[in-house]
Amino acid sequence: MPETKADKVTDAAAGSVADGGVPTTDPAPVGRLRKKPAAGTEPLLRVSGLAKHFPIRKGLLQRQVGAVQAVDGIDFEVLPGETLGVVGESGCGKSTMGRLITRLLEPTAGTVEFQGRDITHLSTGRMRPLRRDVQMIFQDPYSSLNPRHTVGTIVGAPFKLQNVTPEGGVKRAVQGILERVGLNPEHYNRYPHEFSGGQRQRIGIARALALQPKLIVADEPVSALDVSIQAQVVNLLDDLQQEFGLTYVIIAHDLSVVRHVSDRIAVMYLGKVVELADRDSLYRAPLHPYTKALMSAVPVPDTKRRQQRERILLKGDVPSPIAPPAGCRFHTRCWKATEVCRTKEPPLLELKPGQRTACWHPENAPDQAPDDKK
Amino acid sequence: MTGLTKTGAVGEPVPTGTEASAFLDIRDLKVHFPTDDGLVKSVDGLSFQLEKGRTLGIVGESGSGKSVTSLAVMGLHTAGQYGKRRRAQLSGEIWLNGQELLSAEPDAVRRLRGREMSMIFQDPLSALHPYYKIGYQIVEAYRVHHDVDKKTARKRAIEMLDRVGIPQPDKRVDDYPHQFSGGMRQRAMIAMALVNNPELLIADEPTTALDVTVQAQILDLIRDLQKEFGSAVVIITHDLGVVAELADDILVMYGGRCVEKGSAEQIFEQPQHPYTWGLLGSMPRIDREATDRLTPVKGSPPSLINVPAGCAFHPRCPYADVPADNASRTVRPELREVGSGGVAGGGHFVACHMGQEDRERIYAEEIAPKL
Repeated sequence: MPETKADKVTDAAAGSVADGGVPTTDPAPVGRLRKKPAAGTEPLLRVSGLAKHFPIRKGLLQRQVGAVQAVDGIDFEVLPGETLGVVGESGCGKSTMGRLITRLLEPTAGTVEFQGRDITHLSTGRMRPLRRDVQMIFQDPYSSLNPRHTVGTIVGAPFKLQNVTPEGGVKRAVQGILERVGLNPEHYNRYPHEFSGGQRQRIGIARALALQPKLIVADEPVSALDVSIQAQVVNLLDDLQQEFGLTYVIIAHDLSVVRHVSDRIAVMYLGKVVELADRDSLYRAPLHPYTKALMSAVPVPDTKRRQQRERILLKGDVPSPIAPPAGCRFHTRCWKATEVCRTKEPPLLELKPGQRTACWHPENAPDQAPDDKK
Repeated sequence: MTGLTKTGAVGEPVPTGTEASAFLDIRDLKVHFPTDDGLVKSVDGLSFQLEKGRTLGIVGESGSGKSVTSLAVMGLHTAGQYGKRRRAQLSGEIWLNGQELLSAEPDAVRRLRGREMSMIFQDPLSALHPYYKIGYQIVEAYRVHHDVDKKTARKRAIEMLDRVGIPQPDKRVDDYPHQFSGGMRQRAMIAMALVNNPELLIADEPTTALDVTVQAQILDLIRDLQKEFGSAVVIITHDLGVVAELADDILVMYGGRCVEKGSAEQIFEQPQHPYTWGLLGSMPRIDREATDRLTPVKGSPPSLINVPAGCAFHPRCPYADVPADNASRTVRPELREVGSGGVAGGGHFVACHMGQEDRERIYAEEIAPKL
């Protein structure tokens, strides 16, 4: 294995791979070491007030009659080396959020700062050098790879687009990455259709990894895969993070997967972050009723627990993001909702150390509006 | 009635040629598809039984033959014929309520389909016709089997929509599928499947396309409706969590064959087959302390054209060398009953060459601590 690591992309990897071909960092330990970034570390990514409204146009003049408020004012930070998991039901704006922070979509409002630099309104040309540092892994390994290109072309494309010539040539670099993500480097000339779903997802990961980015945004990276393959890819993402010091934003709807991969988790509901906390406190004592309901709904592979478990069944569906409810957006489905929830939007407050939530009547924390009646 | 085993659980394979003993009795079912690349053996010798009022969960990865099995029961493989060459080749026996379906006339099966047995599909948007109103589609399913006028059938459709929890059913009955949300469409599908009070309900990945909160609602609904109608339910899924919620018995499929079957307690508390261990180890668990690493099954599912010789799982099995004489690579293991000492004892079958002592030792020492 160490020999292949030396073949890796060299330009940005210079920091982690010494000249002799031996990695300067120790090989990744079997268990995952979750070292917390020191307090006061400059965040890699800072998002504030970020919003995206998709206009709805109608009529001859295409006048705007409304907007889908996919993301409506969210704030969070991602520290270097950590994994931020983003969960929520479909339509809560998590994928839109992913596309906003990678600047694949133009935000309606708010700012995105990458390494302290405001990148919200950079032009395509000025974004280009930054593309090297921010990469994306997509959900569907079938539609995200060009069927007419070979694996070599797909994984080598980032070098070409960025005008980077890795040491030893593009082919060698690509084969090194392929080997690193668990693919056979001899498959360099094969086409995507010759691979299984799990292998294709590895190709997608190899492409994202090619230029040694700092931040990888993965939108549902494992949801299209079979259970056993899912676990392989989750472990691979974990290893790569250890090896290259990557920072991840992982968007997923599966709460068990998110818990497994994340250091901190943001729970989204209808375009808002309702809770943002570190993994263990979130799963041990969720503050927001929605988080609690979401977790209680996950089916657990344990027959003994099926009777004992407290299940909160949310009624109905998520309201439309075209006309989201006033006040707290969750009040229409919340069993704790009172008058204040219907009228005033709760701010995202740090109610416990490292645990922020936007709720007037949180679970496991003092009530924010105790005098309010139903 | 020879070769009869205890009913109510997935029992031991009954020799073919005898009369059915259980409500749904599948014996040595094979579904093969001739293709240009060779014969795809999607299901290759599957037997199980199911009684009314029980729920059987069929678990496996994509390509393990779960859905093909359910389509075979519904008699849907022969429905669309593109000439002889492309037809699925079915063999074995499927007994439903004392009637054999594979040898029955298509008309006879058609009379049963929708009335005695019905199915819920994974993707409600593609299973519902986009041009017809929800109500019309339910009415149609009802009137095929019942000689009633449109008004009565419509009343029945509204009643069913109400039963599955659609708000304002008398208004929503005139909506088109696109006007329903994902969860509501799945409810409408369930209403359509249950409109004739079928005795067998097959749910093929009923919640895979849904969010967790909606999934919980739908699973609850299926559970309640089963209690109410007392039907037999087969639930097909890749999610072990879903079967743990619903199933009484579980059948684990791999490469078109059953590798392990037993009660839900047996499968979750004393799993015997290395593939079942692999499935359990692959799942991140929300109910346990977070582990640092998952223990996935290595490799990927087998090709169904060139199924590995011996045990189909041996190329991925970390214990393939445990059985003597290289048996895993040469001899195909048959389902054998697991000796007593199991959780509830009896009815637990596994297809593995490893001796029970080896299996129990490996499970206790290597697998259980990591789960």
